[in-house]
Amino acid sequence: MEKNEKLLEIHHLRKDYGNGPVLKDVSLDVHKGEVLVLIGPSGCGKSTFLRCMNGLESIQSGEILLDGQVISGDKTKWSEVRQKIGMVFQSYELFPHMTVIDNVLLGPLKVQKRNRQEAEEEAKKLLERVGLLDKKDVYPRQLSGGQKQRVAIVRALIMKPEIMLFDEVTAALDPEMVREVLDVMLELAKGGSTMVIVTHEMQFARAVADQVVFLDGGEIVEMDAPEAFFNCPKTKRAQKFLNTFTFESKDE
Amino acid sequence: MSEYAHLYVEAAKLTLGLGAAGILFSLIIGLVCSLVQYYKIPVLKRIVSVYIELSRNTPLLVQLFFLYFGLPKIGIMISSEGCAVIGLSFLGGSYMAEAFRSGLEAIENSQMESGLAIGLSHAQVMRYIIFPQALSISVPALCANVIFLIKETSVFSAVALADLMYVAKDLIGLYYQTDEALLMLVIAYLILLLPISLAAAWLERRLRYAGFGN
Ligand SMILES: Nc1ncnc2c1ncn2[C@@H]1O[C@H](COP(=O)(O)OP(=O)(O)O)[C@@H](O)[C@H]1O
Ligand SMILES: [Mg+2]
Repeated sequence: MEKNEKLLEIHHLRKDYGNGPVLKDVSLDVHKGEVLVLIGPSGCGKSTFLRCMNGLESIQSGEILLDGQVISGDKTKWSEVRQKIGMVFQSYELFPHMTVIDNVLLGPLKVQKRNRQEAEEEAKKLLERVGLLDKKDVYPRQLSGGQKQRVAIVRALIMKPEIMLFDEVTAALDPEMVREVLDVMLELAKGGSTMVIVTHEMQFARAVADQVVFLDGGEIVEMDAPEAFFNCPKTKRAQKFLNTFTFESKDE
Repeated sequence: MSEYAHLYVEAAKLTLGLGAAGILFSLIIGLVCSLVQYYKIPVLKRIVSVYIELSRNTPLLVQLFFLYFGLPKIGIMISSEGCAVIGLSFLGGSYMAEAFRSGLEAIENSQMESGLAIGLSHAQVMRYIIFPQALSISVPALCANVIFLIKETSVFSAVALADLMYVAKDLIGLYYQTDEALLMLVIAYLILLLPISLAAAWLERRLRYAGFGN
């Protein structure tokens, strides 16, 4: 796997919901095996940006390419593209009327028309990997938030995506469950997965990112390796944003 | 009086047969209307809302009179049975539409998105994710409508059908045995409706246990 091969390219993307641009002229390349962490203040367009990448939102102008193919056109076969771009949401979005294993198997069986036995074997392996094999036959409502989110990750992974998008996947979790989900993502990163992660967990961002992308006011304000970005952010806006995560001790 | 029991049985069969046909068409009309509303299909959406208002705000008796006595004046003759089924379907369709619609609307759009995100087509998301959940939410209202519609069949006698009401009225008129005739009528409706009520309760419980709709 060549590391500077471009997997996902976004050129001059503009997104407008109808009351002013949310993303204005955003360009970004994601290389194979790279982990990008996208941070920025609430409402700056992080979710919108991710949702444009897999076509959940239409774009006003610009271009998105996957493996060198334009996917932002009218004739895109989204079903095929989305198998290559996995996405995990903040609110898990498991299917409540299906057991854990059926949630995981829906894509492989109905989209990829894989053999049930083979798919089930893989589903079990993946569930085992995230420590949830014993939960395979329960319904989502019987799981904790952290467990639901790990199932959601498995449901995306089983499609064998080339890239995974994570949208604040720990933001709805109780603090003690955040770690178990982040660990799964760290594991994926170590395994060479290509990922774009939106998060407010700065320690995690530092640990997992190859590049940190700081989005503000609908544009990429700063992009750098995590050490450089967190230790000496170049822009005022990034400095100001990072300051909201630190507290001064009251004795100082 | 019991020698007339067979009359009630015949009448109950008629009520049940026409009722079942009316309910079946109600479900079909309701499903189609709810989908028109769900997808906000232009023009059709308007027609559906006019239909629903019309259907909900006119009594079945009036609808039946219109079909049976009104339409022949412009040359459209429909049999008593035809009028009964059309009338019941016209009434039931709007109630079923509301029941289906409330189920569909209860499912968050984010479920659609998470289905699309794993590569399912829109139609597949509807089939595997939205419909099963929506249906389980709609079931109690659908069952209540079925019972409501069967009760409404009691006005069928107005268009000269020998249904349960008709038989009871007939016997009262012939023999003046009002108490017995009415008692039989109540029993006949109970025998029809109790099993349906119980089946509905069982279905609701089952869907809940299966974890449908959370
Ligand atoms: N479906 C939508 N319709 C209209 N405006 C939206 C919609 N989704 C998001 N927005 C707006 O776009 C901006 C960016 O939102 P979002 O991408 O969710 O930000 P973030 O994920 O960074 O918090 C916000 O101002 C939000 O109000
Ligand atoms: Mg967001």
